[in-house]
Amino acid sequence: MTARITEHNGTPLQRIPVDTVTVDIIENALRNVRVEMDAVLFRTAMSPGIREQGDCFPMVANRDGKMVVGQFGSFIHGLMEAYDGELEEGDIILTNDPYMCGAAVSHLPDWIVLVPIFKDRRHIAWSAMFGHMSDNGGMTPGSIPVQATTIFQEGIRIPPTKLYRKGELQSDILELILHNVRTPQWNRFDLNALVAACNTAARRCVELAERFGDDVFYSTMELMLERNHAAMKQIIEMIVPEEPRSFEDYVCDDGVGGGPYKIKCSLWREGSRAVFDFAGTDPQANSSINFFLSEDMFRMFFGSFTINLFDPQILFNDGFYDLVDVRIPPGSLLKPNYPAALSGRTHALGRIFDVMGGLLGQGAPEALNAAGFSDSPHLFYSGYDNSGEWFQLFQIGFGGIPGRPAGDGPDGHSLWPGFTNVPNEFVEAYFPLRIERYEPIADSGGAGLHRGGNGLSVAYRFLCDGTIAIHDERWLTYPWGVNGGEPGQRSSKLLVRTDGSEHWLPSKCEGVEVKVGDILYFNTWGGGGWGDPYRRDPETVRLDVDRGLVTAAGARRYGVVLNEDGSVDDDATRTLRTQLAAQRGEPDMFNFGGSIEEIKARALEETHLPPPQAPGSVN
Amino acid sequence: MSYRLGVDVGGTFTDLLLINEQSGATFTAKVPSTPEDSSIGVLNGIARICGTNNLDAGEISRVMHGTTVATNAVLTGRGARVGLVTTRGYRQVLQVARSYCPGGLGGWVSFVKKPLLAPLELTIEADERIGAGGEVIRELDEEALTRDLQKLRARGEVESLTICFINAYINDENERRAEAVAGEIFSGVPISISSKVVPEMQEYERTETTVVNAYVRPEVSKYITNLQAALAEQMGSDVILSILRSDGGLASGRASAQSPVNMLMSGPAGGVTGALYFCSRAGYDNILTFDMGGTSTDVALIQNGKARVRRETIVGDVRVRAPSVDVRTVGAGGGSIAFVPELTRALRVGPQSAGAVPGPAAYLKGGEQPTVCDANVVLGYLPADVQLGGAMAIDKSAADAAVQKLADAMDISLMEAAEGIIRIVNESMFGALRLVSVEQGYDPRDFSLVGFGGAGPLHANALGILTGSWPVIIPPGPGVLCAYGDATTQVQDEAARTYITMAEDTSSENLLDDLRSLRLRASESLSADGIREQDLEAFYQADLRYTGQAYQITLDFTEQELENGGILSLTRRFDAEHKHLFTFDLGEGHEIVMIRAIVRVRQRTIAELETSGMTTRLEDCKVHDTRYYYDGNWHDAAIYAREKLHEGLTVPGPAVISEMDSTTLVLPGYQAGVDALGNLVINPA
Repeated sequence: MTARITEHNGTPLQRIPVDTVTVDIIENALRNVRVEMDAVLFRTAMSPGIREQGDCFPMVANRDGKMVVGQFGSFIHGLMEAYDGELEEGDIILTNDPYMCGAAVSHLPDWIVLVPIFKDRRHIAWSAMFGHMSDNGGMTPGSIPVQATTIFQEGIRIPPTKLYRKGELQSDILELILHNVRTPQWNRFDLNALVAACNTAARRCVELAERFGDDVFYSTMELMLERNHAAMKQIIEMIVPEEPRSFEDYVCDDGVGGGPYKIKCSLWREGSRAVFDFAGTDPQANSSINFFLSEDMFRMFFGSFTINLFDPQILFNDGFYDLVDVRIPPGSLLKPNYPAALSGRTHALGRIFDVMGGLLGQGAPEALNAAGFSDSPHLFYSGYDNSGEWFQLFQIGFGGIPGRPAGDGPDGHSLWPGFTNVPNEFVEAYFPLRIERYEPIADSGGAGLHRGGNGLSVAYRFLCDGTIAIHDERWLTYPWGVNGGEPGQRSSKLLVRTDGSEHWLPSKCEGVEVKVGDILYFNTWGGGGWGDPYRRDPETVRLDVDRGLVTAAGARRYGVVLNEDGSVDDDATRTLRTQLAAQRGEPDMFNFGGSIEEIKARALEETHLPPPQAPGSVN
Repeated sequence: MSYRLGVDVGGTFTDLLLINEQSGATFTAKVPSTPEDSSIGVLNGIARICGTNNLDAGEISRVMHGTTVATNAVLTGRGARVGLVTTRGYRQVLQVARSYCPGGLGGWVSFVKKPLLAPLELTIEADERIGAGGEVIRELDEEALTRDLQKLRARGEVESLTICFINAYINDENERRAEAVAGEIFSGVPISISSKVVPEMQEYERTETTVVNAYVRPEVSKYITNLQAALAEQMGSDVILSILRSDGGLASGRASAQSPVNMLMSGPAGGVTGALYFCSRAGYDNILTFDMGGTSTDVALIQNGKARVRRETIVGDVRVRAPSVDVRTVGAGGGSIAFVPELTRALRVGPQSAGAVPGPAAYLKGGEQPTVCDANVVLGYLPADVQLGGAMAIDKSAADAAVQKLADAMDISLMEAAEGIIRIVNESMFGALRLVSVEQGYDPRDFSLVGFGGAGPLHANALGILTGSWPVIIPPGPGVLCAYGDATTQVQDEAARTYITMAEDTSSENLLDDLRSLRLRASESLSADGIREQDLEAFYQADLRYTGQAYQITLDFTEQELENGGILSLTRRFDAEHKHLFTFDLGEGHEIVMIRAIVRVRQRTIAELETSGMTTRLEDCKVHDTRYYYDGNWHDAAIYAREKLHEGLTVPGPAVISEMDSTTLVLPGYQAGVDALGNLVINPA
């Protein structure tokens, strides 16, 4: 099956020479297009997830479907293969099914809108955007059911479908889709906003082609792709060794008693090509934590993490894909077989970044970051309020940014691009809850020359009876430290009922009933530390204590002893540091906080939760 | 005789403009700024302008002032040590901020967070809580607060104190009580509370805004007090000092000292109002302003003679909820450095700037990297042999050498490289102009483009070509335009509150009552400055949105309009505007988010200056012949002296028009006419 594009102008676009300055100008203009897509979306979207939190991603691609501007790489090839039909001017495609688009989106709540851009009846480019919808139907409010075993339990599946046909909205289809979700009004607006953003991009592309000429516009996109290719070729040759190296990390559990799941990746270079091989990764889970990882998306992750170091102003794109070979074993956590459930993929998605950081950083410890890219912690709270209206809250939480060569990790910040927290006053005004505490957890960031960022403790007091669901990670394994830095503190969830009883909730759970007055302490993980903590300036540690970011007891992890009045006890500090350094010896490059066996053995005592059962293995 | 004086204090120069209110005659002066105490520069300037023109300072009745003193305190980190009191559980509200790491995927790797303006060691928590509906969940524990404030005071560090409690935007009771408690312990320290500074939802933004206010307040207050005293000494105690606010209105010196967060964009607002002053009198009510300086460029859109005002002000990394003229800034100006990254071999311009030191290579002050200014010199747009008001000598060979390095890196010719730099920098300006026009649903071709600032007139003609905004206007004194703006605006104040009410749930009568009480509040500060009730005029604003949506639109209206049309007239206008911006409207679910009353002093008119009678011929205005490089070719051109040009003359391009502090480039195929007000009006020939 392949889509066919109907053009009424048969003149092919010509590759012609374009001077550098014109390329730079068009590059700049395309950058602005992307900014404008975001602006249009944020203004007109309605759900807090998109408009306050920014959970959405724009893209402009060339005629061949290669991403020229964007973030997560192009998904057009997969889509075009999946769509069997004609595409014409004015058509707009909607889909959300990872199995139908080569995992262009990785779970059903992400809805993609795709617009073929025509000028003078000739197809010249694409614009597309996906956004996370508040609900997609299925087993649980928010549509990320942990316990789903197949994708059919995760809500409505939309194959690549024409939402607009020759400019006309297919309202029957739209209403059918919206009929299947719990938040039809939010989704309607958010979808409308995605379409408006893509249409804006389409208009801008046509204007650019008008201004510079179709052939210049087309050729410039090619040149931009080639620029990335040339740059990435050099980068790969510079940083990827021919000798294989590997790294492994874990997703703590699958929410149904299994885990931890190993993600293993090996890397080597063959000529100018980098090979990433995920052999050794654990098999797919019987819950929704599978992450159907698109090879192209992984290429994009790799490229964007490296190229920024060399020319931050470059518009990052797809141009280098043939330089990266990605091998993922079928049936594994990262390439599950249809119809495995996929909605809880956020955990493995986050972990991919820790794995890549560890893998690439081994060769250049001075550029290596600590771990912290746990995931995006989710909280769902839904029910009927006092006036009988349905409410449904979806909050994304934030943990500590890892210690980095650049310095301390910020406390309670986002590792995802563009994400922001939702103001608590906004949440309180529109949902029946009160946020009684919203602050970083002292000492939760791993000690290091550069401190890991602290995780956040958010205390939600529920003002209506309702149901909550949680998705989080790093409750069992630690956000590791590097170059002598210690691991960050793990996440935890404590529910305190009005009768004073305390319940430690699993990191992934759903259908937990809460009553008026109950409080949930949602504590996220701290970032790992970077570098030797005994080399951190004692004065900086003192200031951290004064600021409530580290406790006086926690200062001892840095070998710093404080006097009663809060000042540094220089002598005691010197003595303690000498003693601690001797005990520790030369630190390893990575500090995982112990082996998996050790961590599991301590689990119940330390986390109040039993350790999960090991999954089998495939190769 | 009575005079009004406009003063604009910028980073490098202090510009002054004196207007005779009866004859309309103007006098200008430009003196170096004195950053350690800006009032010295102001007084120097007054001495200069009075001395040169033989005027008595005592005849100056009003001093209207645009100042970057607040802005600089923020940018240089030289504000006060601010203490902060938050609701318990929110001590780290500024530390966490909105959790946002700038940059794309992996942006966190290099993100370095700036120090907080209210450091955590000076932040304490109070036991209190207001609910989302305004109900008091927990009374303020005054005893505990007293104890904690005393401890904070004992540190001896707090120079300015801020109180910001959760949900105080809807009920200020606990904040006011805390203010009273703090007032006793922190006597002599200014106290800012969030419900007064910015009673708007969103705890981080409200806290940050209140803290920024506290941060700049001591410095601004000291400055205004000193200046007021010095002016009174020279001009008599009845002289009135007003400060230009970010939103383009004037506030009394006293009011400004209390809410300095409202004057962070005082400088750019002066440029916009100055441009408006010249253009609206010349009949251009729809304009795009283009103020290009050394390190950055400010652009704004003005429709129907009114600048768009937005509810947010951004200075450097600091973003606050204070109304400001919707000026967008791009980090590119005459001093921006051009370079070629080795890996991608692309040509990049900025954001690094050579600044005043070392400056562009052509200035021979140690700069070696090629800047936009150097490219202008290489191309002949800034002729090295024309005296620039005696300000700077220009060395063409130094500019050539700097740009040549870039040309070598890209393997192109010197002239191609220079023109490439100009095209790229023009493109980023174009991007900024699109942001305020196209992206807001306006077609730039329906507007005129007004170029000013040190470098604006050099690039304005080229931008006119990119935007299609004709004519391109260069007002008189483009380098001192901000001072014109200062001298010609109205005193005003405003009062606002968060409303969060569905339009269908309230009546026009209720809304009017609420607006009237806001009007009273807004008039208070003006009455306190001795302005009579009958000299005031008021209008109202309401911010509307479709409930659940983030984007709000501000509607202006008068009491009369609301009485006649009712709330329906507002919701209809909102629908129309929403459709204009986003191509659709809903027609229901209107939420009134904020309401506001703005009260201002009726304009006192200034006489128009008679300019007829000049009879110089065009050739008498010519300085000498020159040539410049444009669009791949050399063009023979002439240099003209602007002060000799007058109404009726037309300068044909290619030409360069030179004046004291600025140079205007007229491109081949274009011509610059001169209108009655002295504007250069550039159009396709």
